[in-house]
Amino acid sequence: MTGTRKRTPKAEPGTVKAVPDTAKATPDTAKAAERAARADDAVAKHHSDLLATMLLIRRFEERCVELYSAAKIRGFVHLYIGEEAVATGIEAALAPEDAVVSTYREHGHALARGVPAASVMAEMYGKSTGCSGGRGGSMHLFDVRRRFYGGNAIVAGGLPLAAGIALAEKLRGSDAVVCCYFGDGAFAEGEFHETANLAALWDLPLLLACENNLYAMGTPLAVEHAQTDLAMRAASYGMPAWAVDGMDVLAVESAARRAVDGIRAGHGPHFLELRTFRYRAHSMYDPDRYRTKTEIEQWRAHDPITALTERMRNAGELDEATYEDLDARAQQEVARAEAAAESAPVEPVGDLLRHIHTEPAEAQP
Amino acid sequence: MNNVSNASGVSKQTKLTYREALRAALRDALAADERVFLMGEDVGKYGGAFGVSLGLVEEFGTERVRDTPLSESAFTGMGIGAAIAGLRPIVEIMTVNFSMLALDQILNNAATLRHMSNGQLSVPLVIRMTTGAGRQLAAQHSHSLEGWYAHIPGIRVLAPATLRDARAMLAPALADPDPVIIFEHGSLYNLAGELDGGEGPVDLTSAAVRRSGTDVTLITYGGSLPKTLAAADLLAADGIEAEVIDLRSLRPLDDATIMASVARTHRAVVVDEAWRTGSLAAEITARITEQAFYELDAPVGRVCSAEVPIPYAGHLEEAALPQAAGIAAAAREAVGGHG
Repeated sequence: MTGTRKRTPKAEPGTVKAVPDTAKATPDTAKAAERAARADDAVAKHHSDLLATMLLIRRFEERCVELYSAAKIRGFVHLYIGEEAVATGIEAALAPEDAVVSTYREHGHALARGVPAASVMAEMYGKSTGCSGGRGGSMHLFDVRRRFYGGNAIVAGGLPLAAGIALAEKLRGSDAVVCCYFGDGAFAEGEFHETANLAALWDLPLLLACENNLYAMGTPLAVEHAQTDLAMRAASYGMPAWAVDGMDVLAVESAARRAVDGIRAGHGPHFLELRTFRYRAHSMYDPDRYRTKTEIEQWRAHDPITALTERMRNAGELDEATYEDLDARAQQEVARAEAAAESAPVEPVGDLLRHIHTEPAEAQP
Repeated sequence: MNNVSNASGVSKQTKLTYREALRAALRDALAADERVFLMGEDVGKYGGAFGVSLGLVEEFGTERVRDTPLSESAFTGMGIGAAIAGLRPIVEIMTVNFSMLALDQILNNAATLRHMSNGQLSVPLVIRMTTGAGRQLAAQHSHSLEGWYAHIPGIRVLAPATLRDARAMLAPALADPDPVIIFEHGSLYNLAGELDGGEGPVDLTSAAVRRSGTDVTLITYGGSLPKTLAAADLLAADGIEAEVIDLRSLRPLDDATIMASVARTHRAVVVDEAWRTGSLAAEITARITEQAFYELDAPVGRVCSAEVPIPYAGHLEEAALPQAAGIAAAAREAVGGHG
């Protein structure tokens, strides 16, 4: 339980087995069998949707690497490749009226939320059609209509913000849950501990989604934390907390559903430690000198997309043609997003000083 | 019930303190809008570190007047989040020195989210905090860092120096869709007097001429206003008529009122309790040289705090801060042979 964690992507104790809650029909009668078949279809469709989301995130970011090399995208770009199961699984457990606060490694969070790839790509191009009008870039994607409250590039800076939104939801008596993503690095910041305490103290509807990818930039978990069992430490604040295999999208979804159900039932904040790994360096600037090829290859062997694909094939839910079709769709969406970003206009320099204060036309009572 | 708690706020001549004026404004705000709540360290039963919110938790309950743990960053950030999500929080931070623990949230979120989100997010948040020296609280409770906040685009910075501004600035600050920081100078809490009720609501943008004069313009704000007015009395005894400007708003600055006064007096002294280097006083001086250089008959003077962490001992603290005699001396120097 305690001590330095081995860096192998084994399923962790406490991992919740994926049990799709729709597949519960008893085959007593023909009708029941029919229902069961329909339920199986629904499960297969759901798995297919999860796979499509993970493929979209993967293909989007693979193209980002190329576009960064071609100098179409600049600034810091932090890739999520390898971690797709986390955002995809959590988002599957959230409702549209729930809110999300994200980090600077946020393309996956945004795409899983349903922020259109075209508006994310345009933002990375710095175009006016981007989801932040070109004022944010890769690290600051906002889509308030989808309750996506942005990428925060101050590590742990989004946590108090998310708790504040959760406080507003609670005071309003709404049913909404606020999900805040952050990493193992943020767990070392005071803002995490202040927020965890306050959220538990005030029973806020907050899902603390800690993406533990084992490195805070280049610093390994065991070099930055005296106690590396993050879920155990979070539990000390008096909230339900458990660790999940973050490479298994169904395990993530199942754990997230359990947490979200608990939050909606009024049991206050829940903490998930999502044990995952980024295959790529911290950012496009990072030469990745602190990890071995072996370590990265070990994690790649547990790739979340491959894992779900195999599971679906074994269950007869997916054949090669269908997979190829899903993948082609993802690539086409990315290609369309890129083409649209290429031809989109930029903000006029004359608008440089806009959106510092509310403009009279925007003011709400 | 407080004697100034009617809905229109101020209706008649009422004797009260600066602290009571702030409290009456809070009470009105809580009564007027369900979305408003006060949050901070010991704002409840304790009544606020400086007694401003005394009695409000009994009146409005713990949901609306929330004691927080000592977590400046988290509760300030939560104020920002709650504001984004449609509430109208008032966050109290005990002192400006402690606000350094929340500076990340104020700078990187409150001031920035509207721009970064391309106008999608509004942060209608009010942050109140105590600033300034004069109470022998030494070097971690006494500084005047409001100029740092005035450096930041995206927030409005206010410094009520009078009973009327203490009473009336909160309502328009809450109505502002963007973040507002209100600096309450610690030496003013016991300031007592009559609240002149016949003036209607106040604006948050203009400076006020607190005393008219023809010979020199003294520009100040917050806790330095009473000292500057006292200096103007000393000068008047020497036959020098000083005009005293109370900035009221530190961001944005009301350049027009400053320049109009300088155009009349041709001399200016800026009085600022912050340190001189990189100060608001430096900014105002630069603006005068940019916008009214040819009106000037003398260099712009500055009276600021000594560049030292504010010491505890009374005589040392007094020596470190702007005082009426020093302000008068700087004004005489500006007037010089031409006075």
